[in-house]
Amino acid sequence: MMWIDTIVQGILLGGLYALFAAGLSLVFGIMRLVNLAHGDLIVLAAFLILVMVSALGLNPFVAALVAMPLMFAIGWALQFYLLNRTFGTDILPPLLVTFGLSIVIQNGLLEGFTADSRRIPVGGLDSASVALGPINVGVMPLLTLASAVAVIIGLNQLFYRTSLGRAFRAISDDPVTAGLMGIRPKNIFATATGIAMVVVTIAALYLGTRANFDPTIGPARLIYAFEAVIIGGLGSLWGTLFGGIVIGVAQTFGAAVNPEWQILAGHLAFLLVLLLKPRGLFPRAVD
Amino acid sequence: MALLETKGLTASYGDFQALFGVDIALDPGETIAIIGANGAGKTTLMRSIAGILANQPNAVLFDGEAIGALPAPDIVARGIAMVPEGRKLFPSLSVEENLLIGRYGRAVAGHWSLQTVYELFPILKERRGNPGTALSGGQQQMVAIGRALMSNPRVLLCDEISLGLAPVVIKDIYAAFPRIRAAGASLVVVEQDIGQALKVSDRVYCLMEGRITLSGAPSDLTREKIHSAYFGAGA
Repeated sequence: MMWIDTIVQGILLGGLYALFAAGLSLVFGIMRLVNLAHGDLIVLAAFLILVMVSALGLNPFVAALVAMPLMFAIGWALQFYLLNRTFGTDILPPLLVTFGLSIVIQNGLLEGFTADSRRIPVGGLDSASVALGPINVGVMPLLTLASAVAVIIGLNQLFYRTSLGRAFRAISDDPVTAGLMGIRPKNIFATATGIAMVVVTIAALYLGTRANFDPTIGPARLIYAFEAVIIGGLGSLWGTLFGGIVIGVAQTFGAAVNPEWQILAGHLAFLLVLLLKPRGLFPRAVD
Repeated sequence: MALLETKGLTASYGDFQALFGVDIALDPGETIAIIGANGAGKTTLMRSIAGILANQPNAVLFDGEAIGALPAPDIVARGIAMVPEGRKLFPSLSVEENLLIGRYGRAVAGHWSLQTVYELFPILKERRGNPGTALSGGQQQMVAIGRALMSNPRVLLCDEISLGLAPVVIKDIYAAFPRIRAAGASLVVVEQDIGQALKVSDRVYCLMEGRITLSGAPSDLTREKIHSAYFGAGA
């Protein structure tokens, strides 16, 4: 029975990692940009929600809804005015600029919020649980996984059912020919990063409510997100969800054996997948 | 006044100059053909007009407006669509999505819609759900033409549409041209197949090494003239 509990808790934790990874997967899939500041942007969004909750007294879920358009605007501007300029034949500038951005965000947050750990209060919701047969599961972890599934479904609908989604895929296939269709790469990329930041805001809500956070934890979230994307296979959103769950389950299993092994077990699962299926479990992109 | 005109158009790739002052003109309702050997600059000329390559603003005029320096999306929005060399379908998109994306930058009412493109090339309707790249070469070319038509262009640029296709397939595709013209588009056709070019066009320009070496109505051009314009006088 304990093992079933461990698996269920791992799957729920995987929902959080999938939320970390979905925005990264989206941006990488469209513009082959690896955003090294992704984890720090999640932490930034968590502080944004925290400020609205503590200063304005908003409910955290309402605060996240308010933060979404703000984060969309930040993402849009970041891409349009900064990251678009880094694209070229050389793959190094986007990496260097986002690496620098990561440092800037971390230190900016340290200046503004000190190094204290914070948590977004959600009333009694963080200790509430429901009984699923013999197992008790937390309401917040359940909401996290449900949100992750909803985000993946939503992004898939966007990709495969809308004109914007066709433009995303076309530009990822062939930017020059996409231009002949009237698609403007800079605007499309900015929109994509804006959408990724909306997903980041959802991830930040659950990051900030389930555990303590401080300005320096971004890079570790980036690693989990990366691992989820790679395990799932580049370009596959459902794969990203699955990749998050693999890491989540591995971590809870590791922790069940010995609490010291939680983080290590997640990384080992990632290395194992990399060893056996270097292109990930559900690769969609051919390049 | 010509609908589309190039005036002293030059184009370079880095240090390599591909076009040396090209003047062509396309009148409303007209079809012109650009012929020339490999490397003569035909595709460069198409890419310059379509906005993939930036030029001097006044080197390309459309409806009297200087469009030479505009990027591709602005060119499409004005009504110049291109069927690129090698078809260039989007592999991640189905046949129908490839057609729909042709409207992305210019969704105007006109003769061409999914329905009329499917009437023009009925086979595409059967294969609408397939990935574009799962089709035969000829069918892919139909998708590429349909995709360009979806923007209801005033000028359609066709770059080497017969390249790599069997003669019978080429015949099928060119059979669609009268209907494309009847729907109101003026055409610029780039062809290596001289016979085909002479058949479909009202006027022909011959390019050699980045310069126009011959132009005129097909009926005025003799084999010898074309031969020397194509390969150079001494050939």
